[in-house]
Amino acid sequence: SCFTNQKAFTDHYLLLHISLSLSFSSAFLLFLVPNKSKRFRFFPLKFALQRARKIGMAEEETELSEEQRKEIAKWFLLNAPAGEIQYVAKDLKSVLNDDDVYNEAVSEAFPVYNKSHMICLEMPGRFGDVLVTSYGELQDNEYLDPKTAQVAIVDHVKQVCTEVRPATDEELPSPYIEEYRCALDIEMSKYVGEAYPKGFCSVYCTNGKDVEGPGSDFELVVVISAARLSPQNFCNGSWRSIWNIEFKDDIQILELKGKLQQVGAHYFEEGNVQLDARHECKDSTLFQSPDDSAVSIATIIRHHETEYLASLEASYLNLPDTTFKGSSQETSSYSNLIPMA
Amino acid sequence: MEAAMGLMRRMPPRHSETALSALLSLLPQHSSDLLSQVDLPLQVLCDVDNGKEFILCEYNRDADSYRSPWSNKYHPPLEDGPYPSSELRKLEIEANDIFAIYRDQYYEGGISSVYMWEDDNEGFVACFLIKKDGSKTGHGRRGCLEEGAWDAIHVIEVGPEEEGTTRYCLTSTVMLSLTTDDESSGSFSLSGSLRRQMNMKLSVADGHLCNMGKMIEEMEGKLRNSLDQVYFGKTREMVCTLRPPAEVAQMRLPDS
Repeated sequence: SCFTNQKAFTDHYLLLHISLSLSFSSAFLLFLVPNKSKRFRFFPLKFALQRARKIGMAEEETELSEEQRKEIAKWFLLNAPAGEIQYVAKDLKSVLNDDDVYNEAVSEAFPVYNKSHMICLEMPGRFGDVLVTSYGELQDNEYLDPKTAQVAIVDHVKQVCTEVRPATDEELPSPYIEEYRCALDIEMSKYVGEAYPKGFCSVYCTNGKDVEGPGSDFELVVVISAARLSPQNFCNGSWRSIWNIEFKDDIQILELKGKLQQVGAHYFEEGNVQLDARHECKDSTLFQSPDDSAVSIATIIRHHETEYLASLEASYLNLPDTTFKGSSQETSSYSNLIPMA
Repeated sequence: MEAAMGLMRRMPPRHSETALSALLSLLPQHSSDLLSQVDLPLQVLCDVDNGKEFILCEYNRDADSYRSPWSNKYHPPLEDGPYPSSELRKLEIEANDIFAIYRDQYYEGGISSVYMWEDDNEGFVACFLIKKDGSKTGHGRRGCLEEGAWDAIHVIEVGPEEEGTTRYCLTSTVMLSLTTDDESSGSFSLSGSLRRQMNMKLSVADGHLCNMGKMIEEMEGKLRNSLDQVYFGKTREMVCTLRPPAEVAQMRLPDS
């Protein structure tokens, strides 16, 4: 290049070291020069003054009410990427500069965020983890863990489980339903343990929890939540699957509907990238004994999720070609264009 | 401001406009800082004189009007809008023509615009913009993207000439957003932005346009490679980490 003799240098640059161990658990990003690249203000003074006048006029017209400020604050919180609501909350507090509005917004937004992201919290007392979902919600801050029949009391804003109590009989499904629920939970946990390094799953009864025996329909839902949070690496991702299963007693069929969602966010010194991939699928199988149904269901779910992952891979492979032109050697370089012009 | 920029970074890129409006209403006293530091996908207007499209940005804007690089007129018309000097305007016209050819060669379509104005330090500033809609319904000649947008903003600060050389400082931002949507694989959306800077001291013998063009060409090449690594490589790695492909899962060592 004709620039090799020149004093060329880049101001900010990113060094990426990715080392993938066999367990695919680590990625390192080394950042050099952590200073934020400040955008230079290019406006000559006369432009800046004109615009300042215009903006000054606009200021007098719009004065937001507390209610409006709260709604805006909630919007920011609800749109925080996976695992980042605490960071967003911190920046928001600074921007709002009004603790009352901030506290209200936070107390309203965190529960919604936690449930939609299906966050996984540790229960005190060696009961393992509990998922915060609308399916398991008994009250505003109480969430059932069907596996252990415990109820977790949760502080939404701090995103922790503060205490645990045993579930009452009314909060649990009937023994007949529990047979199906439990068998499915065991099969799904096996699958999730193999397929998702940092995944957790729960099975809830969403309809017909008091059904005593054959002759009635009921519904179970399987929820899988996996998150890889590396805030120090500026890289966060999560996978959520929700499978609704209708047990139709009259026709002896199970109908499954799956919603798969993968989101991720990655930041680096020079920018950011966010991914949002979603897929819905359906399937059905025979209504069998609890154990056989569980195996059937888990097989179907495994099949669909594996297929979806494969098609995501294919999307990634196709993207560069569909987005970019071929190699840049094909085109003439810029300096040849000037005589042409 | 730092907190505000932090928020802008974390909000999904496809909601950037909403996020910026929200911040402008919460922090009206920081409006001009926010507007000059946050990049939004580029908008386009049609020049009434010749029907050609031009790109809108803060650098060709005054109040609510935008200056077209083709006719040099403000849309909607303004009484006392700022204009580059006639000498700089000549350079601007030439830059637009050449950049349009560059853009067509590298992007197979799209829209480009160049704006220049005098700086306080006896130099000038040039802003090169490209907007490409690569979707099925846009200018996409090779793809099947539901939505595919590439917006590039290159701002070059050109210093005064000193002993036959000039200092150029380039700040480039690329905003990319890709969406595919089909029956079998659902919807897939990847979006975000990249920003880089580059400084060079070059001889004026070849002229400003040649120097600036070469810098932009080199920069876009680097950005394209980064995008490949970051957009596709890194996010793909994230998917694989969350849920390794089937063959790998069997090889996995016990919990790490």
